[in-house]
Amino acid sequence: MTGLADAHPPWSAILVDEPGWRAAMEALAAGELTLVSLWGEPGMVHMALSRAHGESVILDLPCPEGRYPSVGAAHAPAIRLERALFDLHGLVADGAVDTRPWLDHGQWEVRHPLGAAAPSTGPAPYAFLPVEGESLHQIPVGPVHAGIIEPGHFRFTANGETVARLEARLGYAHRGVDGLMAGAALDRAAQLAARVCGDSTVAYSLAFARAVEAALGFEAPPRAAWLRALLAEMERLANHLGDIGAICNDAAFSLMLAHCGVLREQVLRTAKVVFGHRLMMDCVVPGGVSVDLDVTGEALVRDLVRTIRERFPTLVELYDETAALQDRTVSTGIVPRELVQRFAAGGYVGRASGRTFDARRDFPYAPYDRFTFKVAVREEGDVNARVWVRIDEVDESLSLIEQILGESPTGPVHVNPPSGSGEGTALVEGFRGDILAWVRILKGRIERAHLRDPSWFQWPLIEACIEGNIVADFPLCNKSFNCAYAGCDL
Amino acid sequence: MALTRLLTKGLFSRPLTEPAPPIEEAALKRLGERLDVAARLRLGRSLAIRQVDAGSCNGCELEIHALSNAFYDLERFGLRFVASPRHADVLLVTGPVTLNMREALLRTFDATPEPKWVVSVGGCALDGGLFAGSYACAGGVGAVLPVDAHIPGCPPAPEALLGGLIALIEANTRRSGSNR
Repeated sequence: MTGLADAHPPWSAILVDEPGWRAAMEALAAGELTLVSLWGEPGMVHMALSRAHGESVILDLPCPEGRYPSVGAAHAPAIRLERALFDLHGLVADGAVDTRPWLDHGQWEVRHPLGAAAPSTGPAPYAFLPVEGESLHQIPVGPVHAGIIEPGHFRFTANGETVARLEARLGYAHRGVDGLMAGAALDRAAQLAARVCGDSTVAYSLAFARAVEAALGFEAPPRAAWLRALLAEMERLANHLGDIGAICNDAAFSLMLAHCGVLREQVLRTAKVVFGHRLMMDCVVPGGVSVDLDVTGEALVRDLVRTIRERFPTLVELYDETAALQDRTVSTGIVPRELVQRFAAGGYVGRASGRTFDARRDFPYAPYDRFTFKVAVREEGDVNARVWVRIDEVDESLSLIEQILGESPTGPVHVNPPSGSGEGTALVEGFRGDILAWVRILKGRIERAHLRDPSWFQWPLIEACIEGNIVADFPLCNKSFNCAYAGCDL
Repeated sequence: MALTRLLTKGLFSRPLTEPAPPIEEAALKRLGERLDVAARLRLGRSLAIRQVDAGSCNGCELEIHALSNAFYDLERFGLRFVASPRHADVLLVTGPVTLNMREALLRTFDATPEPKWVVSVGGCALDGGLFAGSYACAGGVGAVLPVDAHIPGCPPAPEALLGGLIALIEANTRRSGSNR
């Protein structure tokens, strides 16, 4: 593998030929490199790679014939990305181990809508992976579920109550974001990015904005960077509080949901008063932020931090000492460390199984590069470990918010993006894990954009961790991951 | 210990639950007109709601979830979420209706017994929103199902959701009031 050693952030792009591409595949399979994403455009595939400490590179492989060597054949985490790539662009992965469609359910009028579009051939039966053995039965679930949840289909093969295999089929929330991005003006594209995944709207907006800023070679003002971090930590706080309660609720312990729900609501209400939107949608934009924080707002955020610091420890104590709850979460849904390493699973899924990656620390961006914070990590890899990583991250976010408020510089919060052209990449830490944004801008409009959700590398691990558990523990495992549907379906 | 502390504290503190939000009269009138005689005979002051995510970004779902928290507590209004369309009076539908979800949405509608209402939620569900014109979207719930009421917002705040749903019950009660 040549070139990577010379690459430094911001990410550099290297034009490679097939042997170069294959060398990267071998390095991935050997665990020397991490797959960050894989995406395409007509006549070209791109592979984003990283190594520890922020070394990163994007490989560009021209494929005028519409074929490229399958990365998934050597490195499983690429498989679903390749399937999506074929569905959208018609680019064929030579030697692919799984050629089933992923996003295309045969319902669109066109095949390969972003490549050489052809009329659709209509829906075809979807071949779930075969499972053989005695006394096995299948349980199909979704895409419309019993609860209030995003659409996805789960095919369980069980022996009695014990799950022998789970296979997820997604794509139901595919809205064609990549297609809508192409040709969009920056403000519309930023709105689209903010609506890729509703619970990570700040993180997506931030990733997109930073990629645009890298592409056009300018920076948001210092105060904007601080406010962006404040927004991002508020989002992390709201999601973790909600999820900790919801995980306990799935273990039939609804008291935690009630109390965590109150704290989450207080975060959202503070966001509404201070930033004008409960989920903080469209607050982060290319060039800075669309909101500012005044003295009153700062006091409200400080009040919020005080409230959570006062009430949360009792809830943590309750979680920790309720044996009925521990009985459901301890040793349930274990993800082995090797798997999170191989899949480069980010967020609490990776960190609960001993992978310490955090984009805020490992791909540092302002203002996190000035702060000291702990990256919460556990080794057990079970539901309980994922709960504890979140608990620790609530504490870290509260402390980060205090640091942000204490040190935020004054000055403008937005500059208008210059018109221009270029390519840019950014990696940011959403509550769920690292989100990649890549854009190519041509004369002030998005020519092509790619947004990669952390869940691409987490969904396959749910399938792995549920094996040998009982069907009734699936909601618990699923909630402890809380993977994105819309974020991956795009 | 933590449990005892929490429960004791709960006994002596004021409830967090807030009064019902004001209801928009125009919306109430529109809804009232949609409710026919059969409906007012069959429905009491309660509605069972089946939520369907037809390709939303999940923002609407987060706020729909919030309706169950202590501040909004939608069950005190006779509103409750149910796990099956068979138990539902109302389908609460979000998203621009992706083509990949169209059939599932139609099947859910068919599985819901009469009388039933469809309430669309959020900007995408109205007309596709930002996703209008995409090769992958039908372009709003109205493109697939008959919509009785729409709750706007991106996403609508819980007060707006609650107001819209209470309006549905109120419209029904007011019309049927003379018969009871």
